[in-house]
Amino acid sequence: MVVQSITGTETEVDGASRLAARGITVGYGARSVIDGLDVAIPPGVITTIIGPNGCGKSTLLRTLSRLLRPTGGTVVLDGEDIAALKTREVAKKLGLLPQAPVAPEGLTVSDLVARGRHPHQSWLRQWSSDDADVVRRALAMTGVSDLADRPVDSLSGGQRQRVWISMTLAQGTGLLLLDEPTTYLDLAHAVDVLDLVDDLHESGRTVVMVLHDLNLATRYSDNLVVMREGAILAQGHPRDVITAELLHEAFGLRAKVIDDPVGDRPLIVPIGRTHVELDQLAPELPR
Amino acid sequence: MNGADVEAKGAGAAVDVKADVRASVAPGVRFGGVSFVWRPWVAGVTLLLAVAGFLVFCLSIGVGDFPIALPRVVATILGRGEQVDEFVIMDLRMPRALAGLVVGVALGVSGALTQSIARNPLASPDVLGITSGAGAVAVFLVTVSGGAATAVTDSVGLSAAALAGGLGTGLLVYFMAWRRGIDGFRLILIGISVNAVMQAITTWLLVTADIRDVARAQAWLVGSLDNRSWDEVNVALWCTLGLLVVVASVAFQFKPLHFGDEVAAGLGVRYGAVRAVLLLCAVLLAGVAVSAAGPVPFVALVAPQVAMRLARCPTPPLVASGLVGALLLTGSDLVARTALPVSLPVGVVTAAVGGPFLVYLLVRANRR
Repeated sequence: MVVQSITGTETEVDGASRLAARGITVGYGARSVIDGLDVAIPPGVITTIIGPNGCGKSTLLRTLSRLLRPTGGTVVLDGEDIAALKTREVAKKLGLLPQAPVAPEGLTVSDLVARGRHPHQSWLRQWSSDDADVVRRALAMTGVSDLADRPVDSLSGGQRQRVWISMTLAQGTGLLLLDEPTTYLDLAHAVDVLDLVDDLHESGRTVVMVLHDLNLATRYSDNLVVMREGAILAQGHPRDVITAELLHEAFGLRAKVIDDPVGDRPLIVPIGRTHVELDQLAPELPR
Repeated sequence: MNGADVEAKGAGAAVDVKADVRASVAPGVRFGGVSFVWRPWVAGVTLLLAVAGFLVFCLSIGVGDFPIALPRVVATILGRGEQVDEFVIMDLRMPRALAGLVVGVALGVSGALTQSIARNPLASPDVLGITSGAGAVAVFLVTVSGGAATAVTDSVGLSAAALAGGLGTGLLVYFMAWRRGIDGFRLILIGISVNAVMQAITTWLLVTADIRDVARAQAWLVGSLDNRSWDEVNVALWCTLGLLVVVASVAFQFKPLHFGDEVAAGLGVRYGAVRAVLLLCAVLLAGVAVSAAGPVPFVALVAPQVAMRLARCPTPPLVASGLVGALLLTGSDLVARTALPVSLPVGVVTAAVGGPFLVYLLVRANRR
């Protein structure tokens, strides 16, 4: 399936980064989670933020999306300080899917996806035929057209996540920020959702997401941002970034990195303590 | 990035996903520059509720020591009645009936707002302590000030005190529940606690007060529409209308809040400001209702839930909730006055209907 534009305005033009953080410091109360971090999101590709629990990867994504206000530094969206933009203007450029969102019981799929048009509507102009077209396309693009009349709470986890992504698509933004889109999904559904995310980026969107599963992150991303303790440890293409040394440094994980037998990306094989033939391991691995 | 460039690209790209566009999406209607989603069922239910509300309102006016037939009531309200009817209807009975409508609408909308904001059907002004806070302050005024302030407390003073009490309690609950945002459960737990404290204060005031004051306070505390004057009704009417205008102007921004703060923010809603304004409106609406009719129980809790089920909406519909509230209150008042051998205050009937309904809601929620 080749997925295309929904509103005709979200296609990225090659070139400079649209979204970047410049020297941001973010914290909850007195404790700062991120301290003086710089990152630029490359356009038109999938960037995935990985790192151990509590390293600040969700905090970074939430700051990039303007959910959190940095105490220092700025987030720049299309050359402007995101804090100076109106909430609605940000919503027209940047779609956000928070972690594990919940819809009211009984709300239908098409009504949920229709809510994605909110930034483009006003008190007087609450619904137009354009909106209906965009919603239909968003439903079709995520393969949930047949579920349009079903209540969201009656769907499986994977379908539900497709519906939420569909709502974010209906927003018609070139930038999509997804906070752990595969949470609570089994591996098959996680792969399914990530294939969908890949389709979306193929059609020109810029995607930034947070993922827990390192192998899925390696397979589906063009750009990895590896974080530890609120700072960026490494950044770049998975082939360049993922090494046994880096995994040990970032996660304290002993692992072997091999060639993916079904793809051109590296594959991480965690070692742990049991059921492993230690003499089979490369001697240079950190123990 | 060049705007024209994107436009041109977009024109070509937008045609691409044509496949599979048969999905049913709610149709829209347009009148000039105004467009909105057309939901026939919701519109039909709302219209029926409005008609039913008006009929019960007229029926309520017709019933009394001097019964007036429904057509004559309607004719008089429309300004084409006979003089003798006009006096009975407009001067004697209208204030009571109108107070029922206004208080019902105010409570229904207030409940719909608080339940939506907390994303929990239990979060009504009664449960959050707003009504009991208003009641405690009013009882304080009646009992502690005693006979000295009776002249003040008789009319405007009591209403103003109740309104201030409701507002104060509402703000207290809101700020105590605030912790980097508002969490529905925390709001309800704090509301229940504050509610208990307010009721304890009320009981203490009643136990220690002079017996004549207690009788007056008790009558007020049950919630009643007896002896309303045009002055009192006018204040409640205009306050409610003003608040409804504010609610209507913000209601559009309110829709995404049903999905939680983060999704709402992603959709371009300044959720903190929208929620604060609507919660303030909800508290004031409840306060106005209590100051006009006393703390009539359960209407604010039940009306939005009934409206949701009738209109088949996943969230409390604001207009229908107000109409159900009006229907419920006016209907209960009619029942209280006519169906029973003794004339009861309206609050007794709404409690008798609302109590079992709350149990039903809780049992249903538990089974899930």
